[in-house]
Order: sequence, then C-alpha cells, then structure tokens
Amino acid sequence: MITVLCILIGLIFAGATFCLLRRSLMRVLIGILLLGHGVNLLLLASSDPISRNVAILGEDGLPTAAGSADPLPQALILTAIVIGFGLSVFTLVLARSAYMRGGSDDMRELEREEEV
Amino acid sequence: MNDLMVIAPILLPLMTLILCLGLEMSGKRTGMVSLISVGVTLAVATGLVMRVASGGTLTMAVGGWQPPFGIVIVADLLAALMVWISAFVVLAVMVYGVKGRGHGHQSGHAQVLIQGLLLGVNGSFLTGDLFNLYVWFEVMLISSFVLMVREKGIKQLGGGLIYVILNLLASAMFLCGAGMLYGELGTLNFADMAVKLSAVDDPAFVNTTGSLLFVAFAAKAGLFPFFFWLPASYHRADPALSALFAGLLTKVGVYALLRTFSLVFTDANGFSSDIILYISMATMIVGVLGAVAQYNVRRLLAFHIISQIGYMVAGIAIGTPLALASVIFYTLHHIAVKTCLFLVGGVLEMRTGSPDIRTHGGFYKTDPWLAVGFLIPALSLGGIPPLSGFWAKLNLMQAGVDTKEWLFIGVGLGVGILTLFSMVKIWNESFWKDAPEGMERNSLWPGKPYAAIFGFCCLTLVFSFYGKFVFGLCEDAADALHDPRVYIESVMGGEDK
Repeated sequence: MITVLCILIGLIFAGATFCLLRRSLMRVLIGILLLGHGVNLLLLASSDPISRNVAILGEDGLPTAAGSADPLPQALILTAIVIGFGLSVFTLVLARSAYMRGGSDDMRELEREEEV
Repeated sequence: MNDLMVIAPILLPLMTLILCLGLEMSGKRTGMVSLISVGVTLAVATGLVMRVASGGTLTMAVGGWQPPFGIVIVADLLAALMVWISAFVVLAVMVYGVKGRGHGHQSGHAQVLIQGLLLGVNGSFLTGDLFNLYVWFEVMLISSFVLMVREKGIKQLGGGLIYVILNLLASAMFLCGAGMLYGELGTLNFADMAVKLSAVDDPAFVNTTGSLLFVAFAAKAGLFPFFFWLPASYHRADPALSALFAGLLTKVGVYALLRTFSLVFTDANGFSSDIILYISMATMIVGVLGAVAQYNVRRLLAFHIISQIGYMVAGIAIGTPLALASVIFYTLHHIAVKTCLFLVGGVLEMRTGSPDIRTHGGFYKTDPWLAVGFLIPALSLGGIPPLSGFWAKLNLMQAGVDTKEWLFIGVGLGVGILTLFSMVKIWNESFWKDAPEGMERNSLWPGKPYAAIFGFCCLTLVFSFYGKFVFGLCEDAADALHDPRVYIESVMGGEDK
C-alpha cells in the first residue's frame, strides 16, 4: 500500500515538474498547486500512517489501539495546506492582474527587462 | 521576565500589526505608531544582545511544553545580533519613508506589511524548531510578496510573479526535507535533531534531506544557480522597500544555512559539505560578473547581493570558528552597507527619474553629502581598509589560509577587485562626471532620506572602528555555533528555567 502511495507521489512530482517547465503562466500555476499536493502526500507517507492504527484516546486517556499513528505529521500537513491555500489564492490573483495588464500569459513577456 | 524578553521581538511587531490594521480600517494614519513600535523593538533587541552576551543563551518553551515536544524560542548570541540589526534596518527604512498613496484604505497597508515582514524575520531568527522556521519564512514571504507588487505596474507584477513562484518552489523543497527528517527522526527541534542525527548511520538519508534543505535555503539566500528571482524583482519595487528586502530577506536564508549546517548537517553527522564551497565560489563569480555588466543602479546592486552572499556561504562551508565568526561579522556589515547603497540608489532614481546611471551625473557637485553617503558603504563593500568590509574579508581570507583553501582565496580576492570596479562605475557615472544635457533634477522631499543614509554610514563606521568589539561578539556567537553541545544543552536542559 505504501508503495502505491510512493509511486503516486512520484507521478505527482513528475507532473508538477512538467507543468513548471511550461512557458504559459497558467500551466506554471497548476504545477505549483500539484507540487503542493505532492509535498503534503510525502509528509503523510513519511509517517507511515497506513500500517498503523487510528490515534484516538479511550476513556482512560490511553490510545484505544496499540501502535497508533503519529498525529504530528497530520498537524503539519494541516498547517501546510492552510498556508498553501493562502499563497495559491494570492498567486492566482497576481497572475490574473499580470495577465490583465500585460495581455499575455507567456512568462517570457513578464520577465522581459526594459532595455537599460 | 526572562521569557518575555525572548519573545518580545516577535510579540511587538505582531501587536503593532493588529493595531495598525485596525487604525487603517478606520482611516487613520499609522506611520508614527509603527515607527515607535520598531524603536521599542530595537531597544528590546539591544537589551537582549546585552543579556545574552553576558549571561548566555536564553530559551523559552512556548506554553510551558518542554522540548523536544513543545515549541521553543531560542535567543543565542547569533539570533540576538540578527534581531538587533533587523530592527535597526526596519527603523531606518521607515525614517527614509515609503512612498505613500494617501492613508487608510488607500495606503496599501504598507505599515501593516512592514510589521508583518519584521515579525517573520524575527520569528525565523528566534525559533528553535525546523517546522516553525518554515511557518515564519511564509509569514515573511507573504508580506514581502504583497509589498513587492504594491505598485501595480506590469513591471512590478511580472517581477513579483517570478519572485513568488520561485520562492513557493523553494518552500516546497523545504517542506519535503522537513517531512522526511521527521519521518526518520521523530523530532523537528534543532537541538534534538542534531543529537538524533548523529546516531543515524545512513549517509544516503542524511545527504538527501540535507540537500533538500540546502536547496530550499539556497534559493532564499540567492545562491548560484537558484538566484534568478533576485535580479528580476528587487529593483522593480519601491526604493525604500527594495532596500528593506536587500538588507533582510536573503540574509534570513544565510542565517538558516548557518544554523542548519553548523548544528544539524555537519561533517561529523555524515553530510558532505564540499559541494557548498564550490557553489558559493560560483555564486561569487556569477554575481559580480552580472553586476559589472549592469547600468541600472539598483539592478547592479542586486547582483552584488548575490556575489556577497557567496562569501558568507563560503565561510559556512569552511566551518572553522574563525570562519563562522567572519560570516556573522560579514552578514552584519553587509546588511548595513547594502541597505544604505540601495537607499542612495533610490535617491538617485528619484532625483533623476531614471535608473540608468549613464543618464546621471554631477551629483558630487550638487549633493556632496549624498556622495559621502555613497562612498563610505561603497568602499566598505569593496573591502578598503579601515572600513568594515576589509575586516570581514581579511578574517574570512585568514580562515581560508588556515584551512588551505587556495582556490577560494584566489576567487575571493579577484571578486573583491571586480566589486570595487563596479562601485567605481556608479561613482564615475552618477557622481563624478558632469551632468549630461537635459538631465532632470527633481527636487526631493526634505532631510528624511539623508537621515536614514547617515544612520547607516554611522553604523558602518562603528563596525569599522569598533571592529574588535563587534568581532568579539561574533566570535562568541561562532564559538557557540561551532560547539553544538552548548546550544543543545541550553535548549534541552531548559526544564528548570
């Protein structure tokens, strides 16, 4: 099961890299979003949650099942998702206004330096 | 009381941020509130440096949860010095003045965002935990993103997009490294990681995670080959803000490298750090060659940041106590000098309405004090004795001689000459030659910019003539870095404090 997850992460990273190397701004943004998901999955996989039990405390304050999953990576992922969400929204707005101003979604146009 | 002092450099900007946001929502001016708050932060930081210098590292476990499980705030001498210089830079830039667009809703919330930037920067310096470093990085970056695109011209938006995308990419790398480290070690606390990693005998794992973090920090610091966002964006922002970015942001990356690669990923823990020295030498050369080819004043200075970052990271790679002390001194000196040069560059651009130094001229005649304000930091950057840059380079070269890194010495000296050459280029074009026909010469707002530039010149002179005292502080900070046990004991043995 963890192998499938690892292959999936690899595929997502490959797709993200492919998109990031495009010149179209929209593709680059999709690449960034995909990359964020890949990283979150990687965080999840690194704590090996699949072979472990759910981390729920019983009435006695102890885990209900032995070998329960580490909750910290899940907290990290939540934080990363929230931060990633905020940044994605900002980047989308930025990309939209750059497109409206520049009339192009080609990264090379945006990069072009005034002749100095 | 101890505890409060450690966390005050984070709390003060946070509370001011909230206060400024509230005031701006009700249409009031916030410049003064913000300025006073940064002044208080500077005073607190001065106190913090004095306490840490005399009494050793201060730590605070947030919420009383002890490390390695809770979040710790750690103020060792390095962090305290960095917090102090950041507060100084932000104060001076505020005095210089951010171009206003009215107040209230129209202000673009510059003061709020500057406080956010200071919050993120101070948080990054003071945190003792890798994941928190990531969060503080993001706080700092989102503030700088919004400040970067404050003027919504296509140039700013384009530069801002490149900046945003490359930094998001670096953050993703950072998160990968942090996640893999946690998966193996079960901790994110720097001190605890250093202890646990020394017990891991798996070079593949150490080098993979180490390289991921190195790439992430290198992209933030502007190392070759990850620096492309920097010269594409810095010179396009408002002059005061670009000076702020130039002074602080890349140096947070250098700080993160210094912290991580002197404490966690060391040769003793199986990380092969040779590559860092070669990357830093390439950074020095590429940065300065980029600068030599430029005529846009702030873009030229932006390329210089890259080249100077190379010196600092080379010191980290050499890794002896003297090298680390020189890196810390170099960083402090560089922040003062570079911010000042960006402010002077901003004044030149405002006065002539053009960033191209070929269209400038005659400022030595009309503004002799501005010329002095350029000359002191420029000569210091080029490493002319007795200014601070000379002491920084001298000690770094000495560390190179001690470890027999002859290639680094050769590159360092050659790049130094080219640095001086490109500074002389600005001097000749903007100050020395006669003003070209038809050059605009806008009259400028009164003495505020000069006050900021004067402040930085004084700081540079203090670093130069009280170099021994400042370098002594840096040596103490470097000793603590070089012997990680001191740091580990002060963090992990913090229960009884």
